[in-house]
Amino acid sequence: MIFRKPVAMSFLKTFLALFCLLTVAMGPVRADDSHEALRPLVNELASGKYDDTERQIQALVASGDPVVASTLQALRAGDLYVRKADGLVFIARKAGKGFALTDPLTGADAGEVAKRDIDKIKVNNKLRRVIDASLGSLTLLSSDPTVRLAAAQAVFKAGDPEVLDVLETALAKETDDDVRVVMEQARAAALLNSDRGDAEKLDAIETIASAGNRDALSLLIGLRSATQGPVSEAADTAIRRIEKSLALWDNAQNVWYGLSLGSVLLLAAIGLAITFGVMGVINMAHGEMVMIGAYVTFVVQEIIRGSAPWLFDYSLFIALPLAFLVSGAIGVGVERFIIRFLYGRPLETLLATWGLSLILQQAVRSLFGPTNREVGNPAWMSGAFDLGQLTITYNRMWIVVFAMLVFAGLMLVLKRTSFGLFTRAVTQNRRMAASMGIRTPWIDALTFGLGSGIAGIAGVALSQIDNVSPNLGQGYIIDSFMVVVFGGVGNLWGTLVGAMTLGVVNKFLEPYAGAVLGKILVLVFIILFIQKRPRGLFALKGRAVEA
Amino acid sequence: MKNIFAQFALAGLMGSTMIGGALAAEDTIKVGVLHSLSGTMAISETTLKDAMLMLIDEQNKKGGLLGKKLEAVVVDPASDWPLFAEKARELIEVNKVDAVFGCWTSVSRKSVLPVFEELNSILFYPVQYEGEESQRNVFYTGAAPNQQAIPAVDYLMNEEGVERWVLAGTDYVYPRTTNKILEAYLKAKGVAEEDIMINYTPFGHSDWQTIVSDIKTFGSAGKKTAVVSTINGDANVPFYKELGNAGIKAEDIPVVAFSVGEEELAGLDTAPLVGHLAAWNYFQSADAEINAEFIETWRAFIGDEERVTNDPMEAHFIGFNMWVKAVEAAGTTDPDAVIDALVGVTVPNLTGGYSAMMPNHHITKPVLIGEIQEDGQFETVWETAGLVPGDAWSDYLEGSKDLISDWRAPMSCGNFNVKTGKCGGAE
Repeated sequence: MIFRKPVAMSFLKTFLALFCLLTVAMGPVRADDSHEALRPLVNELASGKYDDTERQIQALVASGDPVVASTLQALRAGDLYVRKADGLVFIARKAGKGFALTDPLTGADAGEVAKRDIDKIKVNNKLRRVIDASLGSLTLLSSDPTVRLAAAQAVFKAGDPEVLDVLETALAKETDDDVRVVMEQARAAALLNSDRGDAEKLDAIETIASAGNRDALSLLIGLRSATQGPVSEAADTAIRRIEKSLALWDNAQNVWYGLSLGSVLLLAAIGLAITFGVMGVINMAHGEMVMIGAYVTFVVQEIIRGSAPWLFDYSLFIALPLAFLVSGAIGVGVERFIIRFLYGRPLETLLATWGLSLILQQAVRSLFGPTNREVGNPAWMSGAFDLGQLTITYNRMWIVVFAMLVFAGLMLVLKRTSFGLFTRAVTQNRRMAASMGIRTPWIDALTFGLGSGIAGIAGVALSQIDNVSPNLGQGYIIDSFMVVVFGGVGNLWGTLVGAMTLGVVNKFLEPYAGAVLGKILVLVFIILFIQKRPRGLFALKGRAVEA
Repeated sequence: MKNIFAQFALAGLMGSTMIGGALAAEDTIKVGVLHSLSGTMAISETTLKDAMLMLIDEQNKKGGLLGKKLEAVVVDPASDWPLFAEKARELIEVNKVDAVFGCWTSVSRKSVLPVFEELNSILFYPVQYEGEESQRNVFYTGAAPNQQAIPAVDYLMNEEGVERWVLAGTDYVYPRTTNKILEAYLKAKGVAEEDIMINYTPFGHSDWQTIVSDIKTFGSAGKKTAVVSTINGDANVPFYKELGNAGIKAEDIPVVAFSVGEEELAGLDTAPLVGHLAAWNYFQSADAEINAEFIETWRAFIGDEERVTNDPMEAHFIGFNMWVKAVEAAGTTDPDAVIDALVGVTVPNLTGGYSAMMPNHHITKPVLIGEIQEDGQFETVWETAGLVPGDAWSDYLEGSKDLISDWRAPMSCGNFNVKTGKCGGAE
């Protein structure tokens, strides 16, 4: 083992660490002279290369003084600066045009300086890892369970045998079950790197293997190649077990990824399922309606950022109706001024809407600029949670939920409202519907507006996972047509099943064939399928087909 | 109402100055700008068009060139590769420009090469590329692989102790060639075959779930893992979003990117990405007087106080100043004289040093490795001790390692084979 050091040393360190934690617990750090001994160590941080800084950090931690934690946190966050004039190190935070300096040891205010008078002490990934590990060992006994959890995770990653004693003390006191599990893992990881006996190490392997995740696997693979004898063998059996269960989880993961891709496809295609599927308009500008929805989200967020930042988490809810209205209104306009003159002339419709898509793209480009616009993820859309060995990201999960809600909502509108009834009547038999007193031109316009509006709210969702740029829509138009044609033109259920099938097939192909070939294979599959069933998965039957 | 009249008056005024400009055309030196202003590449290339207009504007304020004013001729090749060749021909034959600044993707550059050769004009190409090319009429002011990819890999290997490598890229010529060079380089450094994973995705790929999870799996083999990304522009945003959401931190699996600059990060919340890396020859954060000036001029020109600068802009800055200097030295804009005068020209770069044009038509540059910060900027964590000369032909690829390029007389050859002693590439 590389980390081996005299035991007495590690006892000393433990004691110091405990001591410093106790002082932290006793109250806020007082501005006194007792920390002044550390001053040269802190000021030294400003000199040397990354390797030197790493040594200096370790020296600071070894000093065991509690104020070190705040200095290290500032260093990690990139808030530690050196004053050029005298080479003293301060914590600096932006204040107006300059920076406000704080003494890292006493916490005393040290005045304001301009940016050019101070130099940032640089940290890189390696130093951040070192700081995380040392802060972890320093905060294992914190009174806040979330801090303890983070500390245990950091200690697990570092696997430093020197913190073993602190860990054991912390474990004995631990009351929170979740934290305890992670601490036990961390203890096992540290133990495997220590010089303890084989029996204890075999237990540790069991503890780690019981987690069954990728981190455990990674640690055990490293262990297998670094040791011999019973420990290595035990690691090997544990690896096999984990790999077997992970292989099963991989399938579950592919299904989830497939559903999530399917939901994105569904969202992109569902508006088209109305304009193209129900009305029969080859609408090449469909993608641009999606893009406009995304830009509405951007504008809403910009306004919220500027005037009401506390609303940011609700920005998407505000954007949804607006995106529907804006895209819908553009849709109605397009139908009234362009498409209604072109019914029954599919080729002209295709060219006209293609041209329209270029016009809309360039209009957005002129208005908002050609570069990407930042649409932020609200807090509830960021991050991930673990379900067994599955990592499910919140944004994907909410998009799946949202796609289902949109689908259900659209079904309700078409099947349960009088507007839906009119729409179906007009698309099934226009002349009969007109004879019954339905104003068919208005129903056409409103239906087209509905399809475009739905594309707009799809844009709100897609802004959370994709670029918001004028090209946003182009990426989805081919996929949308693919889904609608594959699912069966004129059938919303077909669109749902089509989108999900394509998503899942794509995600099962991707690990074997790669993303590029996977996509090609899906296209070939659809071409063959359409050859066999020209009307798609769920073909409409009866007289509607002939209309 | 008054406002509208004012606008009409202004439009009329602009119209008349444009006519005036056309009349005075004989007295100007024309510079072609060949960047896509629409289509998929507009996102990156429009900025470069604006940067060129600014540089020409600044030069005119200084009194122009050879006593004449410079005049920009802007065309839009619309991200359409064959159209690049047509527009290049139009610039040279119809508009009679004396030099062209343009192209972004390698395929657009390849498409205009024959035009520049046939009509004997000059092209300045400002983007990092895969190398394996040296042409008499083209000056490569972006990085060759040895000025970006190789140093980045060295940094990860030495500083971060990386032993397992994911080479992820978009499926086209630049990533494929760069990854071929990197793979050969890594193997030469003793990295085993099974410790390298190569992955390609289509242009504009937006569903990164599988690949991010593959990277996670690949990274759990008990060895420090890093991702070397040649993923192109737009596809990066969803890639980084997925990485951030999946909880892959830079401390665990760092990603070093060759196509992600300040412009790409502008569309992203960078808080979850702190610590991921990029390798370039310039960062907006470069601490130099000349850089601060450049940023100030740029923001004033574009009228946006938040607008960022990036590496290809610096390449145009260097290329344009080199061309100006060479024209002044030659005393003419005649292409042959300028091409000869360009070799050896040295101008300041924006990182506080100097860049020189070399006989192989590549330039010397410092290589910087930067980590992404919360404010969307990069912080330089490492840089080469001196300037790195661009190498047109990689030393790590079979066939290409015997080739050198030197456009000075008497050799005047872009692919001289030192083994056979002949001009004409590998046999």
